[in-house]
This record gives sequence, structure tokens and C-alpha cells, in this order.
Amino acid sequence: MALSTEESGRFAALLSGQDERVTTRWTEIVTSSLRGRLSQAELRRQVQDLHRAIVSTGEQGIIELSADSAAELRAALSELSRGRARQGFSATETTVSIFALKDVLAELVQESGGPNALQDYVAFSKLVDEMGLFTFESFVRTRESLIADQAEQLLELSTPVVKLWEGVVAVPLVGTLDSARAQVVMERLLQTLVDTSSPYAIIDITGVPAVDTQVAQHILKTVVAARLMGADCIISGIRPQIAQTIVALGIEFGDIATKASLADALRHVLRLNGVETARRQPRRDA
Amino acid sequence: MERVPILKIGDILLVSIQLDMSDQTAVQLQEDLAERIVATGCHGVIIDITALDIVDSFVGRMLSTIASISKVLDAETVVVGMRPAVAITLVELGLSLNGIRTALNVERGMELIAAAHADELDYQLDDDPDAETATP
Repeated sequence: MALSTEESGRFAALLSGQDERVTTRWTEIVTSSLRGRLSQAELRRQVQDLHRAIVSTGEQGIIELSADSAAELRAALSELSRGRARQGFSATETTVSIFALKDVLAELVQESGGPNALQDYVAFSKLVDEMGLFTFESFVRTRESLIADQAEQLLELSTPVVKLWEGVVAVPLVGTLDSARAQVVMERLLQTLVDTSSPYAIIDITGVPAVDTQVAQHILKTVVAARLMGADCIISGIRPQIAQTIVALGIEFGDIATKASLADALRHVLRLNGVETARRQPRRDA
Repeated sequence: MERVPILKIGDILLVSIQLDMSDQTAVQLQEDLAERIVATGCHGVIIDITALDIVDSFVGRMLSTIASISKVLDAETVVVGMRPAVAITLVELGLSLNGIRTALNVERGMELIAAAHADELDYQLDDDPDAETATP
């Protein structure tokens, strides 16, 4: 949907002829739609940027949003929607900033009159619609990339591998264990085993709210993979309800050592390593 | 034809697999290893697969065969240096390396063999009370 050369010429002339008035009116409409969540000065700057981009594109001839000549306009639009998306505005609040141009155009066209007024207005508003859609799309893209980033960060945050003792590492699992997370946990754990050359790993599931067959399957796979590499895994932090669920579901942990608490698991590993642990005698005051 | 080198370190034979195994190389390695075990009287074999990106059923079977041969010749086999990605693939494929002991790296593998061998020596000493006086 492109404007013809004449239409673009008239469009650019209309906007640039009274640029002060256009930007002021545009800013007013946008400000009222955002209910004062952005300062007038900032909105004015954004509107001026857009205005400048539209006029300079119009001066080059045909306005076509997907053409090379409109690169500056596209950049200005995506800059605006990126900013709004990051500041937490809704999609409507973002696109309204573009659609406000229609109101301004309606006023301008009405005043100038002329034989082609209606035709011009229809053509102009089609262009504005297109700009609005483009803004909406880049808004959604920005939001999606934000969500993807956060999901990745969450994945990184939630699966630490900590060293408990020389040659003993532990993975405190917190939260629901789905396939994607289980994969990350497995890879991270196995890599840590190699990096630290630790022959023992403790998987602590205190923070896992529920253990179903799928979660158990993921844990078993991790243990078997660690065994193949020459390390031993102990599962700890099994809460009473979870123990009941495991038995009710008929999940077999086979010869994998399971302990009730992380402390028991560590003591078990240290005993295997030949480290003596002794309970300290309570000191008696004379 | 390429051959896999076999290095002797103390009482242990170290085999580091650095190339893609073919049928021929595998058979040659089994023959060479059997000969070296008999010739040196070593009690441990360490197979280092750090350099292997892929362990399929063929390599898995080869490792099992080598372990069985060594067992017959009274040598303990330990496979070391399996990469995490390889281990995950094996688990996903449902392949388990039956009868093969594994360790994280060569150092741990040597400790494992030393421990296994020490157990055996202890057992022999307990079994034969004269041996203790013969070798103080």
C-alpha cells in the first residue's frame, strides 16, 4: 500500500507546511491518551522525531513503508515501540501515538479543502494504519524478546551446582522440573563433574513440589548418565509425601542411594570416602 | 592402516582413542591389547575416550569386548573421560555399557584400579598367612 508520487508530495507538504502546529496538536492528543505517564517534553521529542522522519521520506517521492527509502521512518517507529514496550505500556497505548496522526490530518485536510480532500484523507489514513501495524508488530517483537531473555535468566538462576566438599558437588533443585529444565540441570551437573573431577554428586529435591513419573524419569536419566561418566549420584531431600507418591506410582530407584536429608547424603558420601565424622561431645561446664 | 597406541604406565596399560574406530582398527586394538597384557602382566587397562564425540553401539560393543578380554587375562578395565554429551546420548538411546567400570579422568581411573588391585592383594594375604612373613 503505497502513496502515489503526487499524494506523497501533498502529504509531505501538508505536514511540513505547518510543522509547529502538527507536532503540538499531535503531542496533545498523545498526552491525553497516556494520562500523564510520560512527560510532555519527552512525547514532544518523540513526535518531532516521527514527524521529521515522515517528512523526509515524503520528500524522496513515493511513501512505501517497506521500501528502502523509508528506512529512517521504520527506524523511528520501532524506536518508539521498543521504548514503550520496555517502559511497560500496553499495545493500545503504543499504537494510539501513531493513530493520533489521523486526527491531526483530518483537521488539516478539512481546513485546506480542495477537490481531492476525501481521496487524500483516505490514502493518508491507509498509510497511518500501516505505520500503526508496523509499530504494533515491533512492540510485540520487543515484548517477546524480553520474555525469552527472562525465561533464559530464570533457567540460569534456578539451577546452580554447588561444591559441598572436596570431590562432592550438590544440585539443590527448586521449583517444578520440566523437560527443558531437566536437560539444563543434567548438562550443567555433568559438566561440573568433569570440570571439578568430583566422583560424587548429590541431587537434592527438597524444593521440588511434586515428583511424578516424568520428573523421576529425568532424575534417573541424570543419575545413569553420571554413572556412565564414572561418578556416583545420591538423591536427597525426599519429603514424606513425596516418598509416598514415589511408592504409589511404583517408581523404582533401583540401587541408587536415596537419603532423607542433604546432611545424611553428605555423611554417606564422606563415609564412602573414608572420612570420619564424629559427633562432638557436648562441653560440660565445671 | 592406523593403529591405536598402547602406553604402559607402571602396572597399567593406557589406551587413548583419538581416531574414528573402524572394524579393522577395533580388531587390531583388541589383538594388540591382549598381547600387551600377557607380555607385561599388567593388572589394569584404562581406555581414554576424551577425544570421542560420538559413542555408538559399535564403539560400545568394542569397549565391552575389550573389557571381557581383559577380564579373562586378569586385568581390570576402566573407561575414562566420557564427555557429558556422550553420556546423555547413550542414556537417551538406552545403551548401557554393561560390565564396564567408568571414571571421570585418567587420574581417578588409576586410583580405581589401584584400589581394586589392593583389595585383591589383601584378600590373597589373608588367604595365605605365610605370604605375610615371606614378603614383609
